[in-house]
Amino acid sequence: MRLSDLAKDATAVIHEVEDANLNDPIARRLRELGFVRGEPVRIVAQGPIGGDPLLVQIGFTRFALRRAEAARVQVIPEELA
Amino acid sequence: MNASAAALRIAIVGNPNSGKTALFNQLTGTRQKVANYAGVTIERKEGFYTAPSGRTVRVLDLPGAYSLSAASPDEAITRDVCYGRYPGEALPDLIVCVADATNLRLHLRFVLELKRLGRPMVLALNMMDAAAKRGIRIDTALLQERLGMPVVETIAVRRGGTAALVDRLDRDIAPLDAVPEPHDDLHVEVRALLAETVTAPRKTAALDDAIDRVVLHPVLGLAVLAVVMFLIFQAVFSWAKPVQDAIDAGIAMLGTGIGNALPAGALQSLLVDGVFAGLGAVLVFLPQILILFLFILALEESGYLPRAAFLLDRMMLAAGLTGRSFIPLLSSFACAIPGIMATRSIQDPRDRMTTILVAPLMTCSARLPVYTLLIAAFIPARTVAGVFNLQGIVLFTLYVAGIVSALAVAWVAKKLNKDKSEHALLMELPSYRLPHPRDIAIGLWERAMIFLKRVGGIILALTVLLWFLSSFPGPPPGATEPAIDYSLAGQLGHLLHYVFAPLGFNWQISIALVPGLAAREVAVSSLATVYALSGNEAGLPSIVAAQWSLGTALALLVWYVYAPMCISTLATIRRETNSWRQVWITAGYLFGLAYVASLLTFQVARMFA
Repeated sequence: MRLSDLAKDATAVIHEVEDANLNDPIARRLRELGFVRGEPVRIVAQGPIGGDPLLVQIGFTRFALRRAEAARVQVIPEELA
Repeated sequence: MNASAAALRIAIVGNPNSGKTALFNQLTGTRQKVANYAGVTIERKEGFYTAPSGRTVRVLDLPGAYSLSAASPDEAITRDVCYGRYPGEALPDLIVCVADATNLRLHLRFVLELKRLGRPMVLALNMMDAAAKRGIRIDTALLQERLGMPVVETIAVRRGGTAALVDRLDRDIAPLDAVPEPHDDLHVEVRALLAETVTAPRKTAALDDAIDRVVLHPVLGLAVLAVVMFLIFQAVFSWAKPVQDAIDAGIAMLGTGIGNALPAGALQSLLVDGVFAGLGAVLVFLPQILILFLFILALEESGYLPRAAFLLDRMMLAAGLTGRSFIPLLSSFACAIPGIMATRSIQDPRDRMTTILVAPLMTCSARLPVYTLLIAAFIPARTVAGVFNLQGIVLFTLYVAGIVSALAVAWVAKKLNKDKSEHALLMELPSYRLPHPRDIAIGLWERAMIFLKRVGGIILALTVLLWFLSSFPGPPPGATEPAIDYSLAGQLGHLLHYVFAPLGFNWQISIALVPGLAAREVAVSSLATVYALSGNEAGLPSIVAAQWSLGTALALLVWYVYAPMCISTLATIRRETNSWRQVWITAGYLFGLAYVASLLTFQVARMFA
C-alpha cells in the first residue's frame, strides 16, 4: 500500500521508496530524510483542501508531503506488519 | 601580534532547524558581518570571537542542509564550502556540526555524511534543555567514542550555553579518516548509534502534538491563521502610527532648523526640500517594517510559519505557487525587497521565480501614503452596515485586489511554463519553540540595515534628482507661468501627459509618476513638491480634493495596486535571479496591468459620473 493511501492517525512501516522516474530527485531526498525500509510512519494531519498535503511523522520528525510525493513511498500497514 | 594570522576558521554546518543560527549568534554576539556569497545571493554570515587562549576564532554560518547531495542553491553552498570547492572561500580549519538533540534520528545521518569528509570536526548536540524536558537521555561519552569525534552539549539560546563548545574548540582537534563510500548504509549506522546511546520515552513532544491538533485542524487551523494575520496587520497599522508621526515631526523640525540656519538659496532648498524630505519619506516606513518583521521573525522562530505553509499549500498550488511562497509573500506586505530575498528558501526554481514575479503585487507599505492621501480626499468617512468604515473597506479592497491579481498572474505563469514536471513540497515542520529575544533582535537589526541601505540610498538619490529636475532650468525673466513649468521635470510631465491623459492623469500626476516608478512612496512627496512649486499654497489633500475628479483618484489608486515597481525591487530581482529577462518581464507585466486597469477604471467612472 502507498503512504498516500494511509488513513489519518494510522501507522505503518516503510517498505521502500520507488523512483517515479529515472534518478528521481524527490525519491532520493525522501530516502535521505529517513524514508527507508523498516522505519515506522504515521499520518498526523491532512491539509484542509482535498486532504493534501499530508503531515507524516517519521522518527522524531514531521514532514509535509504532497500526495504525489507520498505515493512514492510503499508502506506496510501496522495490523499486517 | 597579528591575531588574524593565527585565527581559527570554523564553519557551522547542520540540518535546517538544528539551531545553527542561534549558536552562531551566541558565539559571536553582534560581531557579525552579513554579506552575500560571490556570484549568488545566498547570505554569507561571518562573525568572530576571542577564545579563552586569546586566539581569534572566525565563525562562518553555513546554510542549513539535509545532505551533501544538494537539492537547492543553499545546500550547494554548504556542500561546496565543506569540500573546499567554493571560489573565494577557503576550506574551513574545522567543522562544527550542529544537531538537534531531540531530532537525532534525522540529524545524525548528516553528521555521518560530514564525518566521511575526513576533516577535523566537532559535534554540538544542541537543544539539550529541550531534550532533557522530553526525557531524552543521550550517552554523550559513548556517542563521542562511537563517532570518533568530540561531542559537546550546547544550549544555544541560553547565556553561557556554548561555554563547553568554546572550551573544546580551544584545544586541538585531530582530523578524521576520510571514507570515500556511498551513503546507502548511513541509516543503518544511525539506527545502531541511536540504539546504543539514546533513550527516548516518546517520539514527539506532547506539547507539539497538542498545538498541532488545533493549528493544523482543517477548520480551526484556518481560523487561527486568519486571526494571526488579522492581529499582525492591526499591529502594523495601529502600533506604528505614533512612532511614524514622531519621526515625521522630528525630521521636519530638523529640516526647518537647518533651513533657518542657512541662507536662502539652492543649498538650503536642496537640504530642506531634497535631502530632509527624502530622508523623512524613507524613515517613516521603518516602524511598520520593523513591526511586521518582529511578527514574522517571532512566528518563524516559533515554528508556526511552516504550519501556515502546510495549511495553504493546496490553495497556492492551484494558483501555481507553493505553500513555501507564503512566507516571502507575507514579508512583501512590508516591502517586496526582503520578500524577494526570502524566496531563497523555496527549493523549486520555478516556484521561486513565480513567487518573485508576483511578490510586487502584495501591497507594500510604500503604497500606503498614496492610498491614504487619495482615500482621505475622495472616500467619505461613512459607516456602512452599522460597523464598517467605508474608507477602511476601500483600503481592504485594494489589498484584496493585489492578492487576487497575484494569484491570477501566478496561474497564468504556470500555464505558460513549458516545464510541467512535478514540483516538490517536502517540508519539515519543526518542533515549536519559544522565540529568543536576542535572535529576533539581531534579525530585526539586519532587516533594518538592509532597508535603510538599499532603499534609503536610492530614495534619497531620487528625491535629490527630482528636486534638481524641478528646479532647473529656472524660469526666464518675466515668466508668467509657475517656475516648475519651465523646468526639466515640467517639460517631461507635459510630454508624459500624452501617454497618461486617457487614464485621467493631469500633468502634475504625470510628473510625480516618474519618481513614483522608482519608489512609490515618493509619488506623494513629489506631488506636494510639484504643486508647491506651481504656486499652490494649500495643503496637498485639499488641492487633490478640489482639483481632481473621482475618476482620476480611483484610476490612480488602481494604478498603485499594480504600480510598476520601485527601482530597488527591480534591482533586487536582478540580483536574486541573475537575469535581466526576469526584470523586464516583471516590469513589463506590471506596467501593462497598471495601464489597462487604470484606463478601465477611469473610463468606467466617467460613464457613471
